[in-house]
Amino acid sequence: MANTATDQRALPVPKAKLRSGMAKMEQRWGIIMGLPAMLGFLCFTIGPMIASGWISLTDWQISGSPNYIGFDNYSEMFFDDPLFFKSLKATFYYAALSVPLTLGLSFLVAILLNQKVKLLSVFRTIFYLPVLVPAIANTILWLWLLNPDFGLANVLLEKLHLPTSLWLYSETTVIPSMALMAMWGFGGAMIIFLAGLQGVPQHLYESIEVDGGGTWAKFRSITIPMMTPTIFFNLVMGIIGGFQAFTEAFIMTSGGPNNASLFYVLYLYRTAFTESRMGYASALAWLLFLVILIVTILVFRSARNWVYYEGDRS
Amino acid sequence: MNRAPASSSLRISTRSQARATMIRRIRQAGIYGLLLIGSVLTLLPFLWLLRSSLMEPAQIFLFPVEWIPDPFMWSNYREALTRVPFDRFFLNTMTIEFFVVSGTLITSTISAFAFSRLRWKGRDLIFGILLTALMLPYAVTLIPMFLFWKELGATNSYIPLIVPSWFGGGIFNLFLLRQFFMTIPRDLDEAAYLDGASPPQVLWKIILPLAKPALIVVAIFTFIAVWNDFLGPLIYIDDNDKYTLALGLRFFSGMYNAQWDYLMAASTAVILPIIVLFFVAQRYFIEGITLTGIKG
Repeated sequence: MANTATDQRALPVPKAKLRSGMAKMEQRWGIIMGLPAMLGFLCFTIGPMIASGWISLTDWQISGSPNYIGFDNYSEMFFDDPLFFKSLKATFYYAALSVPLTLGLSFLVAILLNQKVKLLSVFRTIFYLPVLVPAIANTILWLWLLNPDFGLANVLLEKLHLPTSLWLYSETTVIPSMALMAMWGFGGAMIIFLAGLQGVPQHLYESIEVDGGGTWAKFRSITIPMMTPTIFFNLVMGIIGGFQAFTEAFIMTSGGPNNASLFYVLYLYRTAFTESRMGYASALAWLLFLVILIVTILVFRSARNWVYYEGDRS
Repeated sequence: MNRAPASSSLRISTRSQARATMIRRIRQAGIYGLLLIGSVLTLLPFLWLLRSSLMEPAQIFLFPVEWIPDPFMWSNYREALTRVPFDRFFLNTMTIEFFVVSGTLITSTISAFAFSRLRWKGRDLIFGILLTALMLPYAVTLIPMFLFWKELGATNSYIPLIVPSWFGGGIFNLFLLRQFFMTIPRDLDEAAYLDGASPPQVLWKIILPLAKPALIVVAIFTFIAVWNDFLGPLIYIDDNDKYTLALGLRFFSGMYNAQWDYLMAASTAVILPIIVLFFVAQRYFIEGITLTGIKG
């Protein structure tokens, strides 16, 4: 190898040969330098995933040795475990509430910020701050904000002469309360929307102006279509995150009252680390994976009808 | 006579202009009004946090609600942070930070270089496969990883929290760096290769100096992720003296669950360093989020 390199310099070698030497070198180094990420994927993603699939077919308790029991765990889930359905329902409810509300709010605020607002960076900073709060501190803070007797939420409602709420302490309001918490963190999606809005080419708006269109026409026929890929990205990420909510319920309610906030991952955590039923918990994990996969595929499918990609039309 | 219509149309146009200005002003007022209300609502929980952290218990439970602490109980912070050894938790967290941030920076840079600036067979296919990890729920790998580390006797140590970061630093960072590397013109590398440089040399001498902002973004995001991580330490760490700040705060909240003054002081102390970091490095934050969000 070293020899050819010196040869190349000594003689006027044709460029094609030089390039092929470079291609070989890039091939070798590409694999070597890509190795950390590829090994990481094998050892910490795909390997564990396959292992999880196998464990889900056993009755593994943390102490004993695993016995193969076929699909018993899965049939137990569907036919013999009311908590499974309850947790699935709570999780769907939470995702269905928190994802659209958070996205809607962040989109709205991004639109407002995109109106050539003065002090843009100040507003943007304020709206982003809640995203930085560590999950555990966030839950402690909201336990206090939503305290039925002395919390800020009820204090404000009383000031406005509105009925107060039990928030986390009632079966009907516990999930909406957690959705409200999620909305406080709207700044993450907002920044992505804002960047997307700033990337919409100005001349498109100008062409609408030439045609005599107003603000609404610009919004409907330029902003919305140009933003659909960003909306789509935030939607998929929001759904994946929403289905995996854990800390709120774990710290604030322990899944209560009456299991109304028993999030799926909390139920899975308990099955694995309190009851030590690793086999059953792995089956729960695989089912969650399938649910998220199916929902994501459905969103991707629907995307064909509403997501606009610039390259498509021309 | 000819002038009259002209001047009246002029008057109309100034009038309609005035109307347009007025509409614009009302719109502006509406926009700023909404933004202001939004800002107040966003900041209120923070104010509630601070005010509660500096009050005596008696004042916290007073009706009607008071916003200004009287007296300012700065001692709440000292009390809260010494009742359980938060200094120890801080050192533990920083130990993990050191190894995870360095592992992530080193290995994600090397691998992102391979996936963006070297051309090799299978590169894009493999990267596409790696990207699927973004969609994989962490719950699926949680149990087998726990059993794996337990089998190796590595639970109740920081090994399970650190080692994965030395293998590519997670797909998110890999993706972010790759996006950034791809914006650097390729002529630079080619010229260096023709001069006999090797890919690691090109990475070190050409790419790294240009990629400093992206590396800072990765370092900041990783630092925050470790600081905020709760589930990882919860599963792997048993001994109190090995707790991280997040675990320690939860431990503390279990012991003093009605002492809102102490709880808010401890929470503020855990939140504050991240907020300070954000203000110091704000420019990089916005850049980083934009880089991964849009082009995704």
